[in-house]
Amino acid sequence: MPSQPASSAEHQTQSLTGAEIVWATLTGEGVRTVFGYPGGAILPIYDALRKYPIHHVLVRHEQGAAHMADGYARASGEVGVAVATSGPGATNLVTGIATAMLDSVPMVCITGQISSKLLGTDAFQEVDITGITLPITKHNFIVTKSEDIGPVLRRAFSIARTGRPGPVLVDITKDAQQGLADFNFEACAPDPHRPHPMLSAENEAVSQAIDLILNAQRPILLVGHGALESGASDQLITLAERLHIPVASTLLGLGAIPASHDLSLGMMGMHGEAWVNQAIQQSDLLIACGMRFDDRVTGALTSYAPNAKKIHIEIDPSEISKNVKADVALIGDLKEILETMLPRIAPRKDQTWVKAVNALKGVASVRDIKNLPDSGHLFAAHVIHDLWRATGGKAIVVTDVGQHQMWEAQYYKHDVPRSLITSGGLGTMGFALPAAIGAKMARPDQEVWVIAGDGGFQMTASELSTMVQEKLKINIAVINNGFLGMVRQWQEFMYESNYACSPILSPDFVKLADAHGVPGSTVRTRGEVAAAVNAAREATGPYLINFLVEKEDAVYPMVGPGAALDEMIRRPANGHNPLLETSEEP
Amino acid sequence: MLHTFVALVEDKPGVLTRVASLFRRLNINIISLTVGRSERPGVSRMSIVAEAPPGAGHRIKASLFKLESVFDVDDVGQLQCVTRELALIKVAATPQSRAQIFQLSEIFRARIVDLAPESLMLEITGAASKIEGLIQVLNEGDNQILEIARTGRMVMRRGQHTSHVLEAFQLSQPEDEPVIPLTAEKGSENLDVISGDPNHPM
Repeated sequence: MPSQPASSAEHQTQSLTGAEIVWATLTGEGVRTVFGYPGGAILPIYDALRKYPIHHVLVRHEQGAAHMADGYARASGEVGVAVATSGPGATNLVTGIATAMLDSVPMVCITGQISSKLLGTDAFQEVDITGITLPITKHNFIVTKSEDIGPVLRRAFSIARTGRPGPVLVDITKDAQQGLADFNFEACAPDPHRPHPMLSAENEAVSQAIDLILNAQRPILLVGHGALESGASDQLITLAERLHIPVASTLLGLGAIPASHDLSLGMMGMHGEAWVNQAIQQSDLLIACGMRFDDRVTGALTSYAPNAKKIHIEIDPSEISKNVKADVALIGDLKEILETMLPRIAPRKDQTWVKAVNALKGVASVRDIKNLPDSGHLFAAHVIHDLWRATGGKAIVVTDVGQHQMWEAQYYKHDVPRSLITSGGLGTMGFALPAAIGAKMARPDQEVWVIAGDGGFQMTASELSTMVQEKLKINIAVINNGFLGMVRQWQEFMYESNYACSPILSPDFVKLADAHGVPGSTVRTRGEVAAAVNAAREATGPYLINFLVEKEDAVYPMVGPGAALDEMIRRPANGHNPLLETSEEP
Repeated sequence: MLHTFVALVEDKPGVLTRVASLFRRLNINIISLTVGRSERPGVSRMSIVAEAPPGAGHRIKASLFKLESVFDVDDVGQLQCVTRELALIKVAATPQSRAQIFQLSEIFRARIVDLAPESLMLEITGAASKIEGLIQVLNEGDNQILEIARTGRMVMRRGQHTSHVLEAFQLSQPEDEPVIPLTAEKGSENLDVISGDPNHPM
């Protein structure tokens, strides 16, 4: 995002305190909202905030600040900013920073630090946060001089948003915040990014890739988070349509091409629908676009897509041939690479392969939701399916981690980029509510839904209070099965149903919401779902629905850990199809 | 197998930790790592030797390059390089037994850099195998080795190649300057005799 000078003052050199330089730099970088929590070592920065046009969201726990900045960044594509004090404030950010690192989310975290003279003395609330976050940030800095704050922060923004995005932490000592320095926003601009000798999409490699694509009989596009980061949706759709190539998505790639598109297969991997994984195993060419062949996506590597050549288009050279050997690697920005390829690819008429893949979908028992037992109980899949219908697939859905996350990915069909926000790589429980607060701050005009399990929701439920303080209209669906559901499912499948420590007691979530002045309702049967969802949507403020779902349901299909991608555990068929009652189309 | 990398990095606190931490995270053992100043102010040069599977070189190089503090990385394992290590070896030696060590040091082109009544110190430079050769001979000759300090390997590519860091700093030679042909192109078999390892005893 290009920075917009907020005032002409940015072109002049002013004498400011380090604390003022922090906000002046953020203003210049286009930041309008930050998420944070004050404390001793960062008080000078908080004192200077009133002079700058930046809105500060007070969180209830710094982990929430990091997730909010993360959600803000994922929803908007801009850099999210979290602020915390030294010591415990900084360490509380750690989970959120690691979450952003694993999912390549651009984020800048600013932490206060004790005065530089005291560094290394174990002073009150001193912690070596640059040491702690070294492996979970794209880069981090400690700043001990006021005059370094401007250039370092601008470099932090540049690092966070260029190449493969990621979190950057800037630790600023209290004396650096208090000291005076000359500041000129323009003069703080970072040097142009160092040239990357390993970025290469050379003509020869592009030609090889095009040859492979044109000669493939059974190609599949694998679309990941990089497609969203690069903004390559249009180019991917053009390529898919021109050659009739089916498109499978990773969890984080959902929405990059519309789920309602004829060529969209849905999510691949451990809980991908059967036809997606079968199609991948049968294909003769994988065109991997901005994805990293995570173990949840490939299943056993030795038997992964055994007959397929692999083209890997990826911005991070260290991902090439890390898990799956690439036959052709195109290293660089996905959108740019696709744009150089597209003029050289002529349309093809042959649709044999697409028809074959669609035939895989056609088997009645394939879609596992159709085999839910008719027990009169409510199933999470129902809830998400109905929520998708009620919202027309247009809401931003922020999920937590676990069974509900997989059901969301299967049954909420995302047609728009950046409409699914979820912790993929790190799998951070407690992510949903704070990330949704960040997403709503970034996109206030959008309908935002939290879908969380009863376990994960309790990890960060204190942020309900933040949501209310910020007067945010967020709808919350708690998928409540009384278990840490995914743990229970693994215990059922792999540990002889020994449910060790996975049953969980929850408070009455409706009363918890009520304590925050948030209305809500509890839903026990399928018939009540639509009315509750509508009540939530029509409420002027936030709303919580406590869905009491089948306790021991499992996510199907499932590729067991270490199993081949097409060795899926399927839901036992019983011939009943509850979705027929409402039909699948909205 | 052993992989050898040359990395040009920022000369700032914490950079060594970042590089070392990367190898720790990849679960790769560093055999040796040497750091010193380079030809550019503010740029340190690291020679890193690590034990890793044969195919790991690309990923290590790419991962090193992801570190913001790294300006350039060269995987020199398969290239023509001069590799050197320096060792200081302290040996127990009485006036009676010195003569034999003097002789050995001459054969190995080591130097005596300290002489005390009960001990002497040898300085030796060369490929790792040469240093190990001297240590072995000293051990076999009943000379008690008191201390060994080794620098680890330093590596530089042969020929006209210069590091990319010069380009990064926009200090590369002007384009119209004639390119001097690499002398290494012809008769590289003989190169060791000319510019290779004159110290090598064998």
